[in-house]
Amino acid sequence: MASTDETEITAVISVLVENEAGALARVIGLFSGRGYNIESLTVAPVEDGRNRSRINIVTSGTPMIIEQIKALLDRLVPVHRVADLTKDGPHVAREMALIKVVSTGELRSEALRIADAFRARPVDTTTGSFVFELTGATDKLDAFIELMRPLGLVEISRTGIAAIARGPHTI
Amino acid sequence: MNATTDLGDRRQHAGQDGTAVSTPSLNGAEVLLRVLQEQEVEVVFGYPGGAVLPIYDALFKQNSIRHILVRHEQAAVHAAEGYARSTGKTGVVLVTSGPGATNAVTGLVDALMDSIPLVCLTGQVPTHMIGNDAFQEADTTGITRPATKHNYLVKRAGDLARTVHEAFYVARSGRPGPVVVDLPKDIMVGPASYTVASTAPHRSYRPITEPRIEAIRQAVALIKRAKRPLFYTGGGVINAGPAASEALGRLVRLTGYPCTSTLMGLGAYPTTDPQFLGMLGMHGTFEANLATHGCDVLINLGARFDDRVTGRLDAFSPGSAKIHVDIDPSSINKIVPVDVAVVGDAGRAIEMMIEAWHEDRAEPDREALATWWRQIEAWRGIDSLRYSQDPSPSAIIKPQHAVKRLYELARETGRDSFVTTEVGQHQMWAAQYYAFEKPNRWMTSGGLGTMGYGLPAAVGVQVGHPEALVIDIAGEASTLMNIQELGTICQYRLPVKLFILNNRYMGMVRQWQELLHGSRYSESYSEALPDFVKLAESFHGTGMRATCLGELDDTIRAMLAHDGPVIADICVDEAENCFPMIPSGAAHNEMILGPDQNEQAARITVEGMMLV
Repeated sequence: MASTDETEITAVISVLVENEAGALARVIGLFSGRGYNIESLTVAPVEDGRNRSRINIVTSGTPMIIEQIKALLDRLVPVHRVADLTKDGPHVAREMALIKVVSTGELRSEALRIADAFRARPVDTTTGSFVFELTGATDKLDAFIELMRPLGLVEISRTGIAAIARGPHTI
Repeated sequence: MNATTDLGDRRQHAGQDGTAVSTPSLNGAEVLLRVLQEQEVEVVFGYPGGAVLPIYDALFKQNSIRHILVRHEQAAVHAAEGYARSTGKTGVVLVTSGPGATNAVTGLVDALMDSIPLVCLTGQVPTHMIGNDAFQEADTTGITRPATKHNYLVKRAGDLARTVHEAFYVARSGRPGPVVVDLPKDIMVGPASYTVASTAPHRSYRPITEPRIEAIRQAVALIKRAKRPLFYTGGGVINAGPAASEALGRLVRLTGYPCTSTLMGLGAYPTTDPQFLGMLGMHGTFEANLATHGCDVLINLGARFDDRVTGRLDAFSPGSAKIHVDIDPSSINKIVPVDVAVVGDAGRAIEMMIEAWHEDRAEPDREALATWWRQIEAWRGIDSLRYSQDPSPSAIIKPQHAVKRLYELARETGRDSFVTTEVGQHQMWAAQYYAFEKPNRWMTSGGLGTMGYGLPAAVGVQVGHPEALVIDIAGEASTLMNIQELGTICQYRLPVKLFILNNRYMGMVRQWQELLHGSRYSESYSEALPDFVKLAESFHGTGMRATCLGELDDTIRAMLAHDGPVIADICVDEAENCFPMIPSGAAHNEMILGPDQNEQAARITVEGMMLV
């Protein structure tokens, strides 16, 4: 009997798609057309010859909805593989953020100190601003952003996550 | 989301793998027609326009593919659906760019919802003009993406043949559906090379058709030990081909179990057989719905737990173990969680179930089964499809009686008959009172519920079966939505019979307004109707009318005897409602049997349930 659990879970789903016109639109349309959430989505070609792209989606829903999303993704014609990284075992998920902080004096020094503690790299510096680059798990980025807020945070650009299963097995 | 276009561009440079045949003299349109020939296409339903002129020119120069000129692109798609549903082949549509493609969208969604294999070829402005808001340009692949199983835009002549071959494969394999191929005019005019259909597996699309034997054995173990089993069959059995319906007949008779069907599945199992309980769902029979409610093992073969079938979900077949056979894995556990899922072709699954039934050593519980059948016969004794027709010749015709007499008199002719419908009360009455002994004889818009489906669908059925009796059981409101197809019917001398149950209302709307909106008949009266007899004559057909019971049989006989197209305007009781009915949001055991029986029905139901 399939799960009738009504609690919402977050799932990281990786989809290997044929690199063809409209492939991404099909995936996105599936979510919007059926009212499913996309919390983040990343896409890039991952093979030599750029024939295939990998789409990483963070979504949420009841276990029945997550199963439904995977089945619907899998039946799209250009989809090669669908992997539920959350369910299939441990995985690594990382994202990158560029964070602009505009401040001077003590606030500026404090921002730099915290960035150092987080191993965030200043990739652009002016006398009144920094752009920090930070890579890590989503909560680490969230924590850093929260700390930067009172220190002059003015702009955030995040990539959304790239994810992959731990261990030797592949998608 | 620039990535979309990036992906596309990269793909375009990725190269082609088909083996080109050296045919330098062909242009794209000619290559297209060669592909259609190789795909054994006999007929194309279409409408010309600027962007597809090269294709029409190529059609003009050949004789192997017939073109049926419809009067509206929506009708082209419904005609192709009727053709596909009645012949088992893939229907082919050809329409121009812009409005041609957008007019086709309703038909495409209809085919998507009912899993009908179609290839729809749409014209497009030349590749260098795409995106310029050119005359008759529309983003056809964008618009039809959620309306199709898959779609393609052919941007390079080298991809043309391979893409169209692939479109046919995708349309007919797995869960069938409509596929659009958008064809820019320059690709059709310019040189193109022909490639034969690839026999290699598709790069990414690999539908599962062969069920897992473990799942079949698990299902049969449940089936064989059932005390109150029920087969619930759907359109998937029809799509699996006539052999699947034949196998279904063997399975049902082998087990001795009762069988019900969805609207889309009618004809897979003979509806006149005593083991058949009638259709289930919103306007299903009392016995079918109460058996669904009371069964202990529900065996879904190629159906999808549609909301018209399940009624209130939390009360749907509450005590049963559920088995679901579906070719589409995304149908499994979508609406109703099931105990055993069998992914694969319904015909294969049924064959394997028959084998597994013989292998399984358990003996069915014949005593429990006999009790179950006694219960079902008690429910059947309610005769939920009864209606009262005043027998006097001047009496007003009951629509149910009109359909019943149509069936009986059509059967007397001994001809192979095919029925299409529009959408509404008449559709339900057709499903309830017309009997179907064989699959592929019943064409109706089930999922989308498209008014205007039936007349063009009848065109497609008649083209596919020139000698057969093809009847569109229609309502006067629905049929006006594609009435222009009388022109197509006349042009090709298609002897389609348009049998209109004319109650001067959008009957199902009127019924819901009566039952749920205090009889406030807001905008549901068919004001200013045409004279259907004269309408038939103006389209070079024959018109007939029956206004009272005394005229009904003669009118039907005259219609059936006439060898050309006929509109039979059957004036029926305007106030008649379609029963039985499970009101929206109600459970199967809360059905209304008829206008006088509401409370009685509720009592019988509860008592009936106690017995089970």
